[in-house]
Amino acid sequence: MTAVEERAEAAAPEVGKARRRKEDARLITGRTQWTDNLVLPGMLHLAVVRSPVAHARIASVDVTAAREAPNVVAVFTGADLAEEQGSLPCAWPVTPDMVNPGHPSVAVDRVNHVGEAVAVVVARSRVAAQDALELVDVDYEPLPVVLDMEAALADGAARVHDHIDSNRSFHFVFDAGEMGTGSATDQAFDDAEVVVSRRFVQQRLIPAFMEPRAVVVQPQGDNYTMWSSTQVPHILRLMLAMVTGTPEHKLRVIAPDVGGGFGGKLQVTPEEVLTFLVARRLGKPVKWAENRSESLMSAHHGRDQIQYIDIASDRQGNVKGLRCRILADMGAYLRLVTPGVPILGAFMFLGIYKFPAYRFECDGVFTNKTPTDAYRGAGRPEATFAVERIMDELAVELGMDPLELRRKNWINADEFPFTTAAGLEYDSGDYDAATREALQLIGYDELREEQRRRRESGDPVQLGIGFSTFTEMCGLAPSRVLGSLSYGAGGWEHAAIRMLPTGKVEVVTGASAHGQGHETAWSQLVADRLGVPFEDIEVLHGDTSVAPRGLDTYGSRSLVVGGVAVVNAAEKVVAKARRVAAHLLEASEEDLEFSGGSFGVRGTPGTGISIQEIALATFAAHNFPEGMEPSIDAEATFDPENFSFPHGTHICAMEVDTETGFVKIRKYACVDDVGTIVNPLIVEGQVHGGLAQGIAQALYEEAVYDEDGNLTTGTFVDYLVPSAADLPHFDTGNTVHAAPGNPIGAKGVGEAGCIASTPAVVNAALDAVRHLGVTDIRMPLTPERVWRPIHQGGDGGDRAPAGSNAYGGAQTETTTGVSTEASALGGDR
Amino acid sequence: MTPITVRVDGAAYTDDVEPRTLLVHYLREQLGKVGTVVGCDTSNCGACTVHLDGEAVKSCTVLAVQADGCEVTTIEGVARGAVLHPVQKAFHEMHGLQCGYCTPGMIMASIDLLKDNPDPSEDEVREGIEGNLCRCTGYQNIVRAVQHAAAEMRGDTSASNGHSGNGHVRPAVVDTAAAPHVAVQA
Repeated sequence: MTAVEERAEAAAPEVGKARRRKEDARLITGRTQWTDNLVLPGMLHLAVVRSPVAHARIASVDVTAAREAPNVVAVFTGADLAEEQGSLPCAWPVTPDMVNPGHPSVAVDRVNHVGEAVAVVVARSRVAAQDALELVDVDYEPLPVVLDMEAALADGAARVHDHIDSNRSFHFVFDAGEMGTGSATDQAFDDAEVVVSRRFVQQRLIPAFMEPRAVVVQPQGDNYTMWSSTQVPHILRLMLAMVTGTPEHKLRVIAPDVGGGFGGKLQVTPEEVLTFLVARRLGKPVKWAENRSESLMSAHHGRDQIQYIDIASDRQGNVKGLRCRILADMGAYLRLVTPGVPILGAFMFLGIYKFPAYRFECDGVFTNKTPTDAYRGAGRPEATFAVERIMDELAVELGMDPLELRRKNWINADEFPFTTAAGLEYDSGDYDAATREALQLIGYDELREEQRRRRESGDPVQLGIGFSTFTEMCGLAPSRVLGSLSYGAGGWEHAAIRMLPTGKVEVVTGASAHGQGHETAWSQLVADRLGVPFEDIEVLHGDTSVAPRGLDTYGSRSLVVGGVAVVNAAEKVVAKARRVAAHLLEASEEDLEFSGGSFGVRGTPGTGISIQEIALATFAAHNFPEGMEPSIDAEATFDPENFSFPHGTHICAMEVDTETGFVKIRKYACVDDVGTIVNPLIVEGQVHGGLAQGIAQALYEEAVYDEDGNLTTGTFVDYLVPSAADLPHFDTGNTVHAAPGNPIGAKGVGEAGCIASTPAVVNAALDAVRHLGVTDIRMPLTPERVWRPIHQGGDGGDRAPAGSNAYGGAQTETTTGVSTEASALGGDR
Repeated sequence: MTPITVRVDGAAYTDDVEPRTLLVHYLREQLGKVGTVVGCDTSNCGACTVHLDGEAVKSCTVLAVQADGCEVTTIEGVARGAVLHPVQKAFHEMHGLQCGYCTPGMIMASIDLLKDNPDPSEDEVREGIEGNLCRCTGYQNIVRAVQHAAAEMRGDTSASNGHSGNGHVRPAVVDTAAAPHVAVQA
């Protein structure tokens, strides 16, 4: 047996192994580097004075007392920083005439939402800065508050920004007939035998990453280093240069350990800019770290759409067209990709179904609330919810089984690649196979039988079963597609591999992990390609000096774009090493085979030289091929041709107590196809986490504003991030159809669970009580929201309508007497 | 300022603190024990959980002066040198963490839970850690980790290996086997 053969036999592929994560060692022992852990000599602390009112003119700001407070070094107002703060960037003008009112980091003469920065206090300690906040005296002249999107678009409505004409930022239209990707939608509806129309509400959510945001800026001469709890160090560096005028090459941004993001840290924040401006002015290191209340109030929110959905079909259940009119709440300003979120969704409303006709219209609407932006799924959960809910409504209208209706209309396995009326080419999959496995996993027949028994016996606890057969687009993104949608950047990703003299390997990636396990998964990819041990690989990321090129982590893109760049860089390393090996072995390159990390001459046993030995030989460079530079390091930049389209079938079995409105997930099963799985442990974890957030939207979470524009869910007491006791056990499985568009075959998994689960849960609740006359229940499905439609009709209503307090029936001294009839809703807290 | 003396992770400290200083801020800002983190301001999230005289507490609900004369153990003090606590090891083995921000508090709460209930059911684990929020994992692998650690600490060797006899286990050097609970269909 030759050495080469031995090596090849010993090394089972890393891809597919449930490797425990490299990242864990520091995280389970507390040896972490969160931004807020950082302490620098002479560091000052910044705290932000925030507006307590939703809409007002700033008549005056008196900072005299704050400036005199002990240990306060400086206080800056909007007026102080107006000349240098620029406008926070919006990178996605979704229509040529989109209106962007501009977004100052600190308000100068107007505040437009509660929590907006009005001034900053800089002090020797965090406590001193916070103590001085209340000494800043701001005189606000109230302006009318705009909260309701439909009212905001009415003629004569009060305006959020009086320097622009209306509260509409943009009107975006995608019409398949006009684009040539489908037939005429109006005609399809005119000809249809059945039309079902619904209004769905995607409530406002808060990403609620566990690590509150923090920023540290250190000036060094005319250079600046920013540490930030961000998902996007590269984008942040570029935008910081553009906003502040500091040249890009003078800026270094580091994302150290980052405690979750979910899109919530895909942002260029007012606080990052303010901390930078203050550090630049004072020439001292400055830290800002938020508390949770600040985070919930001022970090961007997600979702918040009103969806008018019409579906057309014939009597046999063949769908003929889909028409969507969406109102998307921008909040008070446009942040990095605020307008792009609903537009990402525009292409996914057709789900997995063969709609011949499609029209999508969306208005972006300004209100006096915290800006919205990306939150796990970003547009796709909203779209998936709409189509999966309306398919159930159509099934009810037709008297069909909801799964039978789906089967009749979904793309069959032999029809891939399939181009939808939205113009997307779905790559691969088998919806029927995933569905069959999911039905088995949940024990479908038994559950249906139990449901029948409970119906017949009039059990107060009814059982429902809900489906979501979904797909999503992953791997943001082909740069040409982003260009066609007017996005301000590309969607490529970069990687570099450095072969060290000792044979160890440094992998540099532009993807910036914050919990996803890149260090582990990238090591697995490289171990296979280079044939070096998993342990010999170090993955470097999250520092623009270490990983100088990149577009960061969001949109389920890291593996399917960034991972591919890593693989391509590894292939280039092997190609260079092959030339060195040929030289050292005195053979021709064509006669070499590379296996298990070693080059050997085909048919000549015992001649192998490992790639790690070649790394040392390259370092020495004593004996190197003529004309070849002494390096086998390589870089690669990958720009995908197409998105990838993971899919899956999610089934929820839900118990609904018709007497109390209490809902309980009895079983949840899903089978996802995310293409080739690099690390099953990580994939499963991503699915679990996504499910938790999607289920939380259905059952628990909602950002609620009162009639004055105060966020009444501004702490974790009121904003219900679920605990372990609030969530069920998940039964998960996978089918595997490799993505044809990338050499790994992976499709992306980060957002799947979050996109798929929400409609499955709501469909399950409705299935349990539909026979009692219930046709819709608004999210989140609080006991009161569920009880009310069962006993009084309607959809459960708003939890905090205008004129009410979010706590509704739970009266306190301050709410006694001001509760309206509608406000008696909130007793569910 | 009020003088206090506390033992933290085995070392004695004497300091003057403002009476309003929370234990977590004392640990982080005066002692540099930044392994313990702050996740909220309403004692909902449990990220700051430490042991105070052996009992799990949210260190944002304890004043530093209340810890005077007490023994505090943080996440930085539960391993014995390079030897991880079984709960730490189980979180790694069962992929009970992603971003890791809740992990110190989750581990400290879990150790306390297992002290009271060495063999908890799934529901008992879920109830037992409901004061600790995690946004990444959906909790399922945390539950697995706690039950896995429980078995190991009970000496149920079928659930683990490398038991060193004192409740502590050596971290696995290389993990290559597929986790038993992960089923991937080809």
